[in-house]
Amino acid sequence: MAAVRKRGNGHCLPKTLPKCPTGIQGLDEITGGGLPRGRPTLVYGNAGCGKTLLAMEFLVRGAREFDEPGVFMAFEETAEELTKNVASLGIDLNALTARKKISLDYVHIERSEIEETGEYDIEGLFIRLGQAIDSIHAQRVVLDTIESLFAGLPNPLILRAELRRLFRWLKDKGVTAIITGERGDGSLTRQGLEEYMSDCVIVLDHHVTGQASTRRLRVVKYRGSTHGTNDYPFLIDETGISVLPVTSLSLQHKVSSERISTGIPRLDTMLDGKGYYRGSSVLVSGTAGTGKTSVAACLVDAACRRGERSLYCSFEESPNQITRNMRSIGIDLEPWVRKGLLQLHAMRPTLCGLEMHLATLHKAVNTFKPAVVVLDPINTFIIGDNAMEVRFMLMRLIDFLKGNGITAFFTSLTGAGAALEHTEVAISSLIDTWLLVRDLEVGGERNRGLYALKSRGMAHSNQIREFLFTNHGVELRDAYVGPSGVLTGSARLAQEAQEKAAEVARREGVEHRQLELACKRRAMEAHVASLRAQFEAEESQACKLVGEEQARGERLAQNRNEMARSRKADVVKTAPNTRRKKNKIKRRPQ
Amino acid sequence: MKTKPAAPGQKYLLRLYVTGSTRKSLRAIANIKKICEEHLKGRYHLEVIDLYQQPSLAKGEQIIAVPTLVKKLPPPLRRIIGDMSSTERVLVGLDLKKRELSD
Repeated sequence: MAAVRKRGNGHCLPKTLPKCPTGIQGLDEITGGGLPRGRPTLVYGNAGCGKTLLAMEFLVRGAREFDEPGVFMAFEETAEELTKNVASLGIDLNALTARKKISLDYVHIERSEIEETGEYDIEGLFIRLGQAIDSIHAQRVVLDTIESLFAGLPNPLILRAELRRLFRWLKDKGVTAIITGERGDGSLTRQGLEEYMSDCVIVLDHHVTGQASTRRLRVVKYRGSTHGTNDYPFLIDETGISVLPVTSLSLQHKVSSERISTGIPRLDTMLDGKGYYRGSSVLVSGTAGTGKTSVAACLVDAACRRGERSLYCSFEESPNQITRNMRSIGIDLEPWVRKGLLQLHAMRPTLCGLEMHLATLHKAVNTFKPAVVVLDPINTFIIGDNAMEVRFMLMRLIDFLKGNGITAFFTSLTGAGAALEHTEVAISSLIDTWLLVRDLEVGGERNRGLYALKSRGMAHSNQIREFLFTNHGVELRDAYVGPSGVLTGSARLAQEAQEKAAEVARREGVEHRQLELACKRRAMEAHVASLRAQFEAEESQACKLVGEEQARGERLAQNRNEMARSRKADVVKTAPNTRRKKNKIKRRPQ
Repeated sequence: MKTKPAAPGQKYLLRLYVTGSTRKSLRAIANIKKICEEHLKGRYHLEVIDLYQQPSLAKGEQIIAVPTLVKKLPPPLRRIIGDMSSTERVLVGLDLKKRELSD
């Protein structure tokens, strides 16, 4: 998209064609800025494909947004009819005509009233148009559908020459004109108008596939300018036409390395501990009833909790049904809807064509500006053998969402018997994170398992995890690997119980050992205490003996000294020795 | 389609719209005057209007082709376009002659 705009605007080339912006959403992007200014553009298509509306919107937007008044010359509808018809789109033609922004002119030609009697020209039309243009200083002109002249006026040869002159005249007037024409067989338009106007040709188409209709627009030719050449779907709704230049020409999205939670804590853990990348595309695929919608609801819930807007497009369930069902697993979406953070869009895939769905989504995304978009499920789009088209549509959608940094979440139902890793839509290569939910059939039970099949740019877990619906959300359980693969459901519970029992037994054993040890310690300590007591008793005995012995020795020495004193002999010096010995004993530790 | 020739004596109110004095315009004026003089002498009123002088009439009278002769009276309203060089057709248009089956 951006590339188209850049090339088309022609800032780089000074001599590009001046363009007249239509103001119609998307059309200016495809044409690189609008229709060729001062030249007529041919818009043709079958009945009822929106030619008149496109032309009218060109004028009205010109008058409102670009201050370029316009003349609408109608050959098929009267001014009153036109006014009424476009009033449903919120366009008040009466007000615009009163302000001299738009001039409506209904050209009435009644074939039965006319008799041709020779050479004529359509100068009358020139005069009318010229007057209308001059009266409001119009810069835009619409002739809808000028081919009616062929039905009203005889002698097509004259008419052809006159039309050629008219278009020349319009160019000389310098007005940007839209000429509408009916699609013809063989030639583009019924009367070969394209022969006269070769500057810009746009074809509108109303295409029905599988009972669903899609409007498309294609720029067949645009002289002097590059333009998108694809079939672009367009939408007519209460705000007019929006064309979707949905196939981006390059893969140049800016990526974010920001991560957003999946809403399931343990799933975040599986995805490198942080969840999805913001702006990435996520696919959850799996067989029926494996909980795809719930995984989606978790993401939406988490986004809303962060205060981000989410758009949930459901193609199978009604909004009420989704909120009710999600409430049963503890996810209440209703407050988010009330707060305006969540929009639940429910529509049948068969309601309209793929392109139309895409267009509707574009519009919803552009007006609501969500951070997360959920499509649940995408494979319902496949009706008949349009898988390729669905793929293209999703590719465009993913491009669009990625370009806007919106996280896209898709669910895809894998049919029974189909290979698990086969998405019907075959979009796996467009997906950044692919989660697979599957039934694990073990021990007469079906349980849900989830694993990350791929997740670009992160070290994701390779484990198959059982996931459970609880009344407080989705939970991933510990994985138990048994002899026959991952244990789930009762087998997991049995395993859990077994492990718990073993754990208890082990813990009891340890406690027992600890108790035993404590006993032993107590016994040992008692023993130590008794030994000490015995020792102390012995020690005190010994001390006593030593004391007595010392006392006796001293007494003996004293007696001897006294005896010696009485005999007048020398005093024996033995006392200090015995005192030192006594000190030594006392200093021993207790 | 069959139309009854107008009853003799009926008043004809005719308006011829032309654009300036182009060759076609002059030829048409000359032709219609001649036809009127021959077939409606004394009971017609012919007004020649130059759209360049009165451009707003183009819208009001729903004039596309030029020259156009509008037969206002007697009814039905009829527009005769071209330079009036085919007298036969002009007469048919003025209801002065039955339309031929082959036409």
